[in-house]
Amino acid sequence: MAVLVIADHNNVELNAATRNAVTAALELSSNVSVLVTGYQCQAVVDQVAKIEGVGQVLVASHPSQQHFLAENQSLCISSIAKEFSHVVAPATSMGKSVMPRVAAQLDVQQITEITKIFDENTFERPIYAGNAFIKLVSSDAIKVITVRATKFVSAIDGNNVAPTKDIEANFDAQLSKFIGAESSKSDKVELTTAKVVVSGGRGLASEENFGLIHQLAEKLNAGVGASRAAVDAGFAPSDCQVGQTGKVVAPDVYIAIGMSGAIQHLAGMKDSKMIIAINKDPDAPIFQVADIGMVGDLFEVVPEMIAKLA
Amino acid sequence: MKVLVAVKRVVDPNVNIRVKADGSGVDIDNVKMSPNPFDETAVEAAVQLKEAGVVSEVVVASIGSQKSQDVIRAALAMGADRGIHVSTDADLEPLAIAKVLKQLVELEQPDLVFTGKQAIDDDSNQTGQMLSALLNWSQGTFTSKLSFENDWVNVTREVDSGRETIAVKLPAVLTVDLRLNSPRFASLPEIMKSKKKPVETKELTSFDLQLDSRFKVQLVSAPETRNQGIKVTSVDELIAAAKLTAKGN
Repeated sequence: MAVLVIADHNNVELNAATRNAVTAALELSSNVSVLVTGYQCQAVVDQVAKIEGVGQVLVASHPSQQHFLAENQSLCISSIAKEFSHVVAPATSMGKSVMPRVAAQLDVQQITEITKIFDENTFERPIYAGNAFIKLVSSDAIKVITVRATKFVSAIDGNNVAPTKDIEANFDAQLSKFIGAESSKSDKVELTTAKVVVSGGRGLASEENFGLIHQLAEKLNAGVGASRAAVDAGFAPSDCQVGQTGKVVAPDVYIAIGMSGAIQHLAGMKDSKMIIAINKDPDAPIFQVADIGMVGDLFEVVPEMIAKLA
Repeated sequence: MKVLVAVKRVVDPNVNIRVKADGSGVDIDNVKMSPNPFDETAVEAAVQLKEAGVVSEVVVASIGSQKSQDVIRAALAMGADRGIHVSTDADLEPLAIAKVLKQLVELEQPDLVFTGKQAIDDDSNQTGQMLSALLNWSQGTFTSKLSFENDWVNVTREVDSGRETIAVKLPAVLTVDLRLNSPRFASLPEIMKSKKKPVETKELTSFDLQLDSRFKVQLVSAPETRNQGIKVTSVDELIAAAKLTAKGN
């Protein structure tokens, strides 16, 4: 049984969620290859080759693969998928966009965002925003899978360097073009891998006030998260959004400030090891999942925390 | 330009679902049902394009039981022109839904298909991408902004690293994020008017398709419950209980 992992990256840095997908792949088989599609992405190939357990790195480098356009990337993945029993990607925006296309091209039903592997055919995945889990057996010949990163440990670097092999990469469907990207500042702690996350909700009331969240996060070397309501209101950029349709995080400590705890938000953070909630409404649903709750005005509590954490 | 919008009837997003004690599924008997919220955003997008004169006709399709007509009627009340209901009591997986939608696309020949980026029941996030692949069309997932330029649509997408803009060639399948718009509440006159709009029903059995399920569900279980937490009344207690130290993690 040979398993293929699709690397998520930006041609320079490997997205850490790829390492979790490698761990999932290694649960399925010891024969794991990683495909790096992209362009001028040798730095990423080098990072992948060092990961413990990776047997070989397949490199599909071509301008058509530079921007991870789903139409082009899926054709590349499909072209080699039949050599594998499982094709696995992290459930990042890349994995979510590309893998269903791969699955349809192979005529298989994708298994989205698995949280557990029982055997090569049997998996667990969340439904209803994580309010239920479904254990399913897939009968497809090739399993196309995306992996919830927080449910699998991150594969670390080993002592060996896996061999690399170039594969055909010229798949230009001419259906889409990359125009541009707006990325948030990279000096912040990465939300999905942070040990501590400080997250703000609608209770912050303004973008200016959301600065309190950044100040507290800075003190704690924490990632900054936000509820959808806070993002929609413009208090925080969209890549901070934690929830059913935003990022899924599971830090050691999650500090939820001024957020009610809607089902959709809880879906993205309730696997955190410790949840701390600060909200003036004692009936806020967030207190039902919080390990430590404090009913209070965040505009008093948070500045005091910042001062006392000096 | 003609738009097809795919809508799904799901458990209302405000309902706390319960897993059945025997692990056979989620108890949705007598539970309030609604259009999938992402699909409402998709309908709103199509109707806005019609109001802007970019689109000439908005056709809404739903695949499911007789009651799926409710979500079609809701879309018609928002301003869609007509509906297609593909009737089946089978619980179809995303690939099967994409295959049925592909046949509807071949019949209707729309220039654009809109759908929500995911359904809030199965959270699969697959159907739009699969449809696009089966048609060999372009796709724009997680659309939060769009504009047209000749035969291309500029799509701003919500991605992990922030936002990204791509241009996709028409015809295209776009899956929408909630940030694209705020779906309108249908007015009473629109609701009355929608009752007269045509909804065509097609039996799924009339489609020449093999739609076998690829999954066998063994068990549906509730998530582990968290232990009852504690309440603290001062910041000192909070910091002590959480053993929080600045930069110390």
